[in-house]
Amino acid sequence: MGEKILMKGAEAIAEAAIKAGAMAFFGYPITPQNETPEYFSRRMPEVGRIFLQAESEVAAINMIYGAACTGTRVFASSSSPGISLMQEGFSYIANSNVPCVVANVMRGGPGLGDIAPAQGDYFQATKGGGHGDYHTIVIAPHTLQEEVDLVLKAFDLAEKYRIMVVLIVDGLLGQMMEPVEFKETVDVTKFKVPEWATVGQGDREDRIIITSLDLAPEGLEKMNLHLQEKYRKIEEQEVMVEEYRMDDAEYAITAFGTMARISKTTIELARSEGIKVGLIRPITVWPFPSKTIENRANQVKFFFDTELNAGQMIEDVKLALNGARPVYFYGKMGGIVPSAEEVLEEFKKHLGGQHE
Amino acid sequence: MSNMKTIYKVPSPIAKRDTSYCPGCTHGVAHRLIAELLEEMDLTKKTVIVWPVGCAVLGYYFIETDALEAAHGRACAMATGVKRVHPETFVLTYQGDGDIASIGIAETIHAAARGENITTVFINNGNYGMTGGQMAPTTLIGQVTTTSPYGRKPEMNGFPIHLPEMLATMDGPAYIARGALDNTQHILQAKKFLKKAFNTQLKGLGYALVELVSNCPTNWKMTPVESLERIRKEVLPVFPIGEFRVVKGVE
Ligand SMILES: Cc1ncc(C[n+]2csc(CCOP(=O)(O)OP(=O)(O)O)c2C)c(N)n1
Repeated sequence: MGEKILMKGAEAIAEAAIKAGAMAFFGYPITPQNETPEYFSRRMPEVGRIFLQAESEVAAINMIYGAACTGTRVFASSSSPGISLMQEGFSYIANSNVPCVVANVMRGGPGLGDIAPAQGDYFQATKGGGHGDYHTIVIAPHTLQEEVDLVLKAFDLAEKYRIMVVLIVDGLLGQMMEPVEFKETVDVTKFKVPEWATVGQGDREDRIIITSLDLAPEGLEKMNLHLQEKYRKIEEQEVMVEEYRMDDAEYAITAFGTMARISKTTIELARSEGIKVGLIRPITVWPFPSKTIENRANQVKFFFDTELNAGQMIEDVKLALNGARPVYFYGKMGGIVPSAEEVLEEFKKHLGGQHE
Repeated sequence: MSNMKTIYKVPSPIAKRDTSYCPGCTHGVAHRLIAELLEEMDLTKKTVIVWPVGCAVLGYYFIETDALEAAHGRACAMATGVKRVHPETFVLTYQGDGDIASIGIAETIHAAARGENITTVFINNGNYGMTGGQMAPTTLIGQVTTTSPYGRKPEMNGFPIHLPEMLATMDGPAYIARGALDNTQHILQAKKFLKKAFNTQLKGLGYALVELVSNCPTNWKMTPVESLERIRKEVLPVFPIGEFRVVKGVE
């Protein structure tokens, strides 16, 4: 239990992972998350754990994969171009059913893009950027405190389901400073090697093979069915969503991460003008809070989705609504972050004069 | 009966099942050597083998230890992950030439440069066996493969990669050697190289790699015997047997 410490996002996430019991970090430098590996490189030796700068993100994710197969709490972070390189590993890890946590501090894309905050990796994160039918749990915090709190939750989910959990934060959260409180420190001396992990057969009766391969289609179908069953369970049990000022809302904004945070200010501005608008903020963007959105369909006149991209999460919002209400969009690309006032202005364009 | 002595048996880590290898392929010989050493050195129960993408992709069915199946070329990175968090395990990677010297060359060189305390067995069969005999980084100049149908030409395809010689120029690796599996004498010598490589890890001396010059009768379109002769006549002059880096303490 602790006092509030002023920390930069990219460092807070590292300390949170250490407090959550991350025993190893593997990564490769990339802006805007360089402070994360730098912080780990200082702290991990202090606590007697592993920090390794890999030769590439391809290597980093495969180191994570190897360490995850031993049932060790492992963490990696990167930013968009690096996460693209990691997609091979994401897919293998998915079909190997091993747990790990990876943070993507998203920057502007596509290509080399820029190093400014963006949310253009939503599709990649939620729809599976690697090959095959797989999902990772994807968590999108909107403040540093929430990010810090969710790191431990991410490890718990990863281990509960033996799945990769991806934290998507944008460059703004990575680079801003805010007071954070670390609520819990996991006692790593209590960690045990799980029964499914490959650390050498030892006294175990049977040896363990971890593979994503089955050359027999019937066998591979079984592996897929197992994954899908797990995904359905996660969709049922692990959705996290915040509804903000939705009780009396006549309009709903949908947004995640930094845009959700900005939207909260937009909502205050709108309400001071008498416009009753609320926010539905997916905290898990996969599993997506479709039911929450659907449940508000009859209450609000329209939905207004805003993102730091050309419109990605809006597809999930529309799927949830299935045409029940109009969904409008406002997005900025290239690393430009709009102000709350700009969002309000764009929102008001859809009011059709009622509140003018 | 009483004075009968076992002089040949199936090493205990070898599974009692058919392999997926072609008749006459030396992958089986390499497996046997590894399994013999695991048994003799009492390592089976503390071993994690990281298997490759390639003909040995199902290797975990044939040598019975804890095992992982890596993505193509990533075995050394995956093995690094295992070894760093569980240094008490004995970690092997088993990789073909395409796996280790083409798609995975970065992971290999950097594991070696870091002196990662893992051991690599590298099967050089001069082509991509599993996918049907395409050109590999170790394909000889002039050698016909399915993607060098006119023979490998330097001006088009560049030159073969000599991985041990390259790695031996670096400070990281502790033991680097190349053996061959074409005849009994070479096989026994290869086992000695492998034993040194295993000991290197056990003593914590760092990265060890043994390349094993192997055959591929199916894709070379030869009988097993012809393929072994080809190793002696054509391959070993280009990829000579030898120990290329042996740091102090390796034995
Ligand atoms: C990323 C990726 N690229 C290509 C392949 C296809 N592939 C499977 S095995 C193989 C070649 C393996 O050759 P080598 O490493 O020389 O081993 P061998 O089969 O000869 O034992 C290739 C290219 C793959 N599985 N993954």
